Amino acid sequence: MIPGSTAPAIETAELTRRFRTRRERDVEALRGVDLRVERGECFGLLGPNGAGKSTLIKILTTLLLPTTGRALVAGFDVATEALSVRRRINLVSGGDSSGYGILTVRETLHLFARFYGVPWPVARQRAEELMEITVLGPKADTRMSGLSTGMKQKVNFARGFMSDPEIIFLDEPTLGLDVEASRSIRGFIARWVRERPGRTVLLTTHYMVEADELCGRVAIIDHGKILALDTPMALKRALPEESAFILHVASAPPEGWSERLAGVRTALQHTHPGTGAMEIRLTLAEDQVIGEVLGTLRDLGIAVLNLTKQEPSLESVFVHLVGRGFEEADAAAGAEGA
Amino acid sequence: MSRDRQDLRERIVMNLGAVTARASVRIVAAFRERSWLLGETLFPILSMATFVLVYRGLGAPRAFESFAVLGGAMIAYWNNVLWSMASQFFWEKEQGQLQLYLITPVSRMSILLGMAFGGMLATTTRAIVILLAGIFLFHVPFPWERAPGALGLFLLTLGALYGLGMILSSVFFLWGREAWNTVTLFQEPVYLLSGFYFPVSALGTVAASVAGFIPITLGLDGIRQILFGEAAKGFIPVVWIVPIQAALLVLYLLLAHRALLVMENLGKREGRLTIRGG
Repeated sequence: MIPGSTAPAIETAELTRRFRTRRERDVEALRGVDLRVERGECFGLLGPNGAGKSTLIKILTTLLLPTTGRALVAGFDVATEALSVRRRINLVSGGDSSGYGILTVRETLHLFARFYGVPWPVARQRAEELMEITVLGPKADTRMSGLSTGMKQKVNFARGFMSDPEIIFLDEPTLGLDVEASRSIRGFIARWVRERPGRTVLLTTHYMVEADELCGRVAIIDHGKILALDTPMALKRALPEESAFILHVASAPPEGWSERLAGVRTALQHTHPGTGAMEIRLTLAEDQVIGEVLGTLRDLGIAVLNLTKQEPSLESVFVHLVGRGFEEADAAAGAEGA
Repeated sequence: MSRDRQDLRERIVMNLGAVTARASVRIVAAFRERSWLLGETLFPILSMATFVLVYRGLGAPRAFESFAVLGGAMIAYWNNVLWSMASQFFWEKEQGQLQLYLITPVSRMSILLGMAFGGMLATTTRAIVILLAGIFLFHVPFPWERAPGALGLFLLTLGALYGLGMILSSVFFLWGREAWNTVTLFQEPVYLLSGFYFPVSALGTVAASVAGFIPITLGLDGIRQILFGEAAKGFIPVVWIVPIQAALLVLYLLLAHRALLVMENLGKREGRLTIRGG
């Protein structure tokens, strides 16, 4: 344990945050969030765009004040004891880059360590370790202006760990990274928590697999409210007994198609924005119904190209709780924001 | 060591680290990209030369030529305050980097001081080149023996000036582009009000008194008086200027500390602290 750190890593009570839009409309980004994250946890916050994840992180990192309610980080109030909070935290926002084009990768990491009073030899050693883990080593002396976007994101990620914070907030840390880079970063996060007892990670992500792999507990948030909070296993177990299938289809189903399907609990149609591939996601009361469903689809003129049975996942938990998938929720949030 | 003393020591180390870290970005940049040398040395000499030649052409006292040289040198510091410090939070915000600074456990004044000190390399180079060009190219008189007194008042002026810059920078916690435009508006009027190229007494008592709130105005007036005595056509005696500048230094630093706190809190309340383009 970190000396003197007995308070929970994060504690919020009845936390709300309202924003006034340019059209003078009040938007409630957080609605009575109660959360307690213990020291040493890797805690996941799952939700679509506009769910309130980033607002919550901004409040916890002292960048935003709550409208009502209270938030404590490492036992300190984010509104009145911001400096004490800042000494113990760091933040990585995926998709952002840090530093200045004129500086090299190594200099950028050293630069941000100095804002936390990290002694020079410690900063030097830590920078080397982080560059090795994030595979930035060969680029250590390259100027930031000469790096690709993905590389810059990796530097930003490494920067967050230069101060060896008690609590780190990772806001979509693998956003936009390639598969290999995402995997190495996930590996690093898992090892960081394991090897440093008492260190805490609060991770927000779109990627269910990421949360499933890294987080001991997960909170599902939508429209500013926490809908469920438990271990990924417990959340999945709590799903009602049902079967989930994904069907890749050749053409869009006709209007009213879902009402024609008997024995189906939910039926969602989704078109992949990039490839245009169409799929239908079904949850059924029991496996046996699938034969009948396929027959109905055939009668409707829908050719099924491929069928996959899905094991329960955090995505299924989200769909069960919210009634729509992440992509649909993101699209809806985009439409609201437009 | 008591916990309080250790805490204080840690805070001092962190804040000094922040000053040197932020300053190092500009210093490294100055050595790696030397194109600024042309813009910061050759072109400013041209503006100063214009005024020197105008005074010479009109047959004005030689001390007036020195006024233009000193004013030209001081402009560099006003520009440093405006562009390298006051508006710097705007750029950091636009690059999505401001939040990285704001979550650090250091005073915002340390970050701003780092920005200012970092910019001093280019600024001081510019000021020195203008002085040297004035003295050696245009042979303007410069009483070196009185330079230490002038340097003392210059440093006092600089402190107050950077305090004013910090106050200006606080507006970027709440506003973005609109604050940028406001800061831009400060540049040229201050060139006039501070009497960069002429004795500020020429503005008249009321205008010069108002202009006195800009630390460069009285600072430059006092430096000219120290160097050239009666010929400087001083607005108020140097014995008054020194305490006024000291008072401005304290006042502006206190106001800056308060303004940064208040504006940051307002920004946090309104959710505008890290919004780009706002």
